[in-house]
Amino acid sequence: MYQEEKLVFTRPESVIDRATHYCPGCHHGTIHRLVGEVLDEMGLREQSILVASIGCSVFLYNYLNVDAVEAPHGRAPAVATGVKRARPDNFVFAYQGDGDLASIGLAEIVHAANRGEKMSIIFVNNTVYGMTGGQMAPTTMAGQKTTTCPGGRCAEREGMPLKMAEMIGTLDAVAYSARVAVDSVKHLRTAKKAIRKVFECQTKGLGFGFVELLSTCPTNWRMTPVQANERIANELIPYFPLGVYKDATAGEEGK
Amino acid sequence: MSQERIFIKGNEAVARGALAAGCKCYFGYPITPQNEIPEFMSSAIFEVGGQFVQAESEVAAANMLLGAAAAGVRAMTSSSSPGMSLKQEAISYMAGSELPAVIVNMNRGGPGLGDIGPAQGDYYQATRGGGHGDYRTLVLAPATCQEGYDMTVLAFDLAYKYRNPVLILGDAILGQMKEPVATWQPEPVAADEAADWCLTGAKGREKRLLKSLYLDEGALAGHNRRLQAKYKSMEAEVRFEEFQTADAELVVVAYGSIGRIAKSAVRSLRKAGHKIGLLRPITLYPFPSAALAALAAEGKRFLTVEHNLGQMVDDVRLAVRRHADSEFFGVMPGNLPVPDDFEGPILKTLAGESLEAC
Repeated sequence: MYQEEKLVFTRPESVIDRATHYCPGCHHGTIHRLVGEVLDEMGLREQSILVASIGCSVFLYNYLNVDAVEAPHGRAPAVATGVKRARPDNFVFAYQGDGDLASIGLAEIVHAANRGEKMSIIFVNNTVYGMTGGQMAPTTMAGQKTTTCPGGRCAEREGMPLKMAEMIGTLDAVAYSARVAVDSVKHLRTAKKAIRKVFECQTKGLGFGFVELLSTCPTNWRMTPVQANERIANELIPYFPLGVYKDATAGEEGK
Repeated sequence: MSQERIFIKGNEAVARGALAAGCKCYFGYPITPQNEIPEFMSSAIFEVGGQFVQAESEVAAANMLLGAAAAGVRAMTSSSSPGMSLKQEAISYMAGSELPAVIVNMNRGGPGLGDIGPAQGDYYQATRGGGHGDYRTLVLAPATCQEGYDMTVLAFDLAYKYRNPVLILGDAILGQMKEPVATWQPEPVAADEAADWCLTGAKGREKRLLKSLYLDEGALAGHNRRLQAKYKSMEAEVRFEEFQTADAELVVVAYGSIGRIAKSAVRSLRKAGHKIGLLRPITLYPFPSAALAALAAEGKRFLTVEHNLGQMVDDVRLAVRRHADSEFFGVMPGNLPVPDDFEGPILKTLAGESLEAC
């Protein structure tokens, strides 16, 4: 017997109905969707101001249905500081990759966090410079081959990958810092919860919210999407442990 | 209009002018000789319900300015030469994204760390864009503390009128000297002066995007064409001071503090019966080329005096080139000139003799 089909999964209002330009298997689209869902669920779309950064994800503003401004390489936390100070009643968030946040913009992210700016940072860590063609990032794994460390990252010469979620989590003015991954359904659920926590830190005025998402770059990793997903589980998570490094909202829930 | 005369440094005059103009956000980083601006703002701006952030760097301060400008709020940063170099990337982005902002440079000696004394070595940087890409910023060059106040008020209006960064180019003389300044309160600006483009959250309207990235074939060309037309339209804002040029045989061209010192020299030579005049550009971009060309067409000769090794003299030569040339006298950065220093070079030029290096 025919039954009316029931729509159970719709596009969030915060996400624009258009195909993304990302490579097959790239997680940016997935993360955009998570961000869009949380914006919808928290009713933040109409008060949001997005600070877009650089690289592949600069075009995030083509996919999210929110006001946006473009920041120079690494400077998104400074630009977001300016936006938030000018419009404290708006919801301000930035979306940054690893080259952007952990290399050229390391000063801006640490100081914005240390000032406790009431803003939210989505940090996408795929251990490589994507759009520029796969060069070494501060988060590139030891031994990982890139176009600027063709023999693999040498720890003695280039240091070890920076652990941003841990670093940010040590700062007093940070309300929330966590690392999640988007390689599996289980991890996606945790990731969405973390994004929600990050956003709540701002809406509740608790302080600076930060989430690092371990994600793929199959093209520059020279892997299939499936292999890239497996790399997150097998290589990245052991070095970049998932977890919450700071949570000022923890006490609240018991209240 | 309430008027009060107060005895303050040029830096404080600029800061007070900004507050009078409705500046609500100041972002800065300490560097001599402009520290009185952030120091003053760090308390005064809170009293008007504004925000002050001592940024972690000049780079961050300029990008905070970018953010506040995108939000449609009157905002400012200030610095001095080495710090201005660090701000250039953000200024280029603000020009590319058409964001209004005011940036103050109290020019010191360079290159490199240079010294903390006055100089005008940042003229090229200020008037040629300074950062990457083809863009221009309006540049105002005050010569007195009063002008520091007045031109900062003007700078905010021009920034919003053209949706473009506006530079105030002073120097350590202007920043550090004290003079009586008549403060005045301009007409309050509409709170929604940026209402049709700034970011406020997309409530009840289409989302807005402020950017300088144009990848589609021809898109960047179109954007640049429009920007260039805007820079051309800024010629309506040309400002300059002419002093005794009507019968002058030789016109001294100098701006800012040096313009003021040169004016004293011209005044003194006039008393001695020499036919000397002065043209002091007040806007360095747009440059008063037409006024200079008109003087050149009348057969006048020119001497450009600067506190550098010859920068504005290029613009003077371009302006007068159909009829004349300009001699150049430069005060070496690291030296502090007095009016007497200019009288010899002016008289030599008047007599048709060539000038020694500064």
